[in-house]
Amino acid sequence: MNQIILDVKNLHAGINDTVILQGLNLTIRAGEVHVIMGPNGSGKSTFANLLARKENYTVHQGHIRYLEHDLLALSPEESAWLGLFLGFQYPVAIPGVTNIQFLKSALNAVRKSKGEPPLDAFDFLKLVKDKMQLLEMSEELLYRSVNDGFSGGEKKRNEILQMALLNPLLAILDETDSGLDIDALKAVANGINKERRIDGAILLITHYQRLLDYIKPDFVHVLSQGKMVKSGDKSLALELEDKGYAWLEGQ
Amino acid sequence: MATSLNELDPFLNREYKAGFVTDIETDALPAGLNEEVIRLISAKKNEPDFMLEWRLKAYRHWLTLKEPTWAKIHYPAIDYQAMVYYSAPKIKIAPKSLDEVDPILLETYEKLGISLKEQERLSGIAIDAVFDSVSVATTFKAKLMELGIIFCSFSEAVREHPELIKKYLGTVVSYTDNFFASLNAAVFSDGSFCYIPKGVRCPMELSTYFRINAASTGQFERTLIIAEEDSYVSYLEGCTAPRRDENQLHAAVVELIALDRAHIKYSTVQNWYPGDETGRGGIYNFVTKRGLCRGKASRISWTQIETGSAITWKYPSVILLGEGSVGEFYSVALTNHFQQADTGTKMIHIGSNTKSTILSKGIAAGQGQNTYRGLVKVYPKAQNVQNYTQCDSLMLSDKSGAHTFPFIEVKNPTAKIEHEATTGKISEEQLFYCRQRGLNQEEAITLIVNGFCKQVFKELPMEFAVEAQKLLSVSLEGAIG
Repeated sequence: MNQIILDVKNLHAGINDTVILQGLNLTIRAGEVHVIMGPNGSGKSTFANLLARKENYTVHQGHIRYLEHDLLALSPEESAWLGLFLGFQYPVAIPGVTNIQFLKSALNAVRKSKGEPPLDAFDFLKLVKDKMQLLEMSEELLYRSVNDGFSGGEKKRNEILQMALLNPLLAILDETDSGLDIDALKAVANGINKERRIDGAILLITHYQRLLDYIKPDFVHVLSQGKMVKSGDKSLALELEDKGYAWLEGQ
Repeated sequence: MATSLNELDPFLNREYKAGFVTDIETDALPAGLNEEVIRLISAKKNEPDFMLEWRLKAYRHWLTLKEPTWAKIHYPAIDYQAMVYYSAPKIKIAPKSLDEVDPILLETYEKLGISLKEQERLSGIAIDAVFDSVSVATTFKAKLMELGIIFCSFSEAVREHPELIKKYLGTVVSYTDNFFASLNAAVFSDGSFCYIPKGVRCPMELSTYFRINAASTGQFERTLIIAEEDSYVSYLEGCTAPRRDENQLHAAVVELIALDRAHIKYSTVQNWYPGDETGRGGIYNFVTKRGLCRGKASRISWTQIETGSAITWKYPSVILLGEGSVGEFYSVALTNHFQQADTGTKMIHIGSNTKSTILSKGIAAGQGQNTYRGLVKVYPKAQNVQNYTQCDSLMLSDKSGAHTFPFIEVKNPTAKIEHEATTGKISEEQLFYCRQRGLNQEEAITLIVNGFCKQVFKELPMEFAVEAQKLLSVSLEGAIG
């Protein structure tokens, strides 16, 4: 079997006194695409943010291995340097910082962590323009402030652009398909398919089955009340769309 | 929020790079202030009588004044008799070329990143280097003179161009203006002078680099810039001082005069020693800067990046007298550790159709206190005045403070005044976003703060904008917590 990239065991975690994740288990191996679905408030975004090492979550129990590392001991930037990427559900705006400046700083920070020299302006521009073409993005977005005044679709494409530039081993995409029209969805899915690493893995968080028409999942999990209540293949997503989450709660 | 930001402390405490002392023999007066000291200063500079008379009038007026207390700054009483009012390196007066300048002084500026020799050869910036009380070198003088531009030390201007000094000195900031301006008028020792003749567009940036070196010495310089009709000049000013436990006073005066359709752009990067992380030492920076748009459609733009000094008290202002004249103020003020800044501007609209823009960005870190204080005043006869003010504050720590005191006084109903203000903490969402992409905490904060200041940085000349961004990242070290 392929190498284990992420291994989550019996994770109990929350914010302040609220426990959100209650015994979550998940193992992701190289080459796999996992999908987490689940009703609102089931802990999907908490899980994604926790994996990306957002502070102010408390872990009560369990552990997470990422490659050979104890993920919970890493800072957000350390996990990023090790190839963990989070595509945000709501990417934040950074006024006054141009997108190109931000993308270049991010790429060069990751390169620096690997002992690679920074890309100069010329090489960077060529690289970023290639990737933007794939995502059908307007170059004008490079010169606007990061996510500032971007439409929903522009923000999501910009997240996938960052994924394409940083070339992560584990890409966690939190509702990257929400709010996209069908053309944008196709462009984003196409970008994800083309940019994914064979030796890497993808964890998709979504509400909708339609994304899975374009990205073929190996596993579909249902997260409810802080733990995985059911796992299966793509047919589970179709079944869920048909019957709703209430169907599972009734089981 | 507090816990995550506390981790930033180590990076916010980087070294003040300009904190060294140059070991050079000096010619200094004993500490203390009286008429005798003023006569001695004037004599040392071979000044004409009118200058000495003006100084003495200023001194006598100063004796009647009390130090102002209205600003939101706190500091122990300054002992004006304990201070040295004149200290000059023992050097050749008015060197003809840089080869005649003491190498140790050239080396000092080199260490500060300003190579006077290289500047002269390569770059397009003319520099007047002021070391303690005197100007030690001015570059590009001859080349500028070909265009009729006078760029020299203030002392030289008093000797060589007394008619211009007599005509303009004190016409914008009189010797009775305020406590610190009166003190400056009495004891000022040097500074820069620029005169741009009619119709001339100054082809290079003019700049003055102020350096305090001697201990227990105050620095009192005076700058006067006159832009004749249809002329343009961009002027830059930079300042540093050694790292010392004592507080040193810097009380400067800057007067700008713009005649019909003239444009003066004045940029400052103020990096006086800010004191250490416990608040010990640092420069007390009490400065009066004012521009007079005397001519029609004239324009004066102030841009300031204030990152240094233990205390900053300064309000670069514009008197909009000429019809259709324009005043601008762009400011970034950063206070870290125990620094206090009370800064802002006054836009005084006297002429009709005058316009002003105020853009202020205050950043408070550590236990720093950052105050914006501004006045927009419209006189009864000033028709169709426009002002736009935007005042943003960013706090990087729980113990820092941001304060805003905007005053608006409008006596003419045709005026259109807009004021926008925001105050906020650095966003944890932004920090997380940047860090998730691989930037460390320090890089993330620097990026976000630079973005916050962008609108002001873009007003700076290019070389200065790069410098300002670097300075900001150094000054931000130890800023959070």
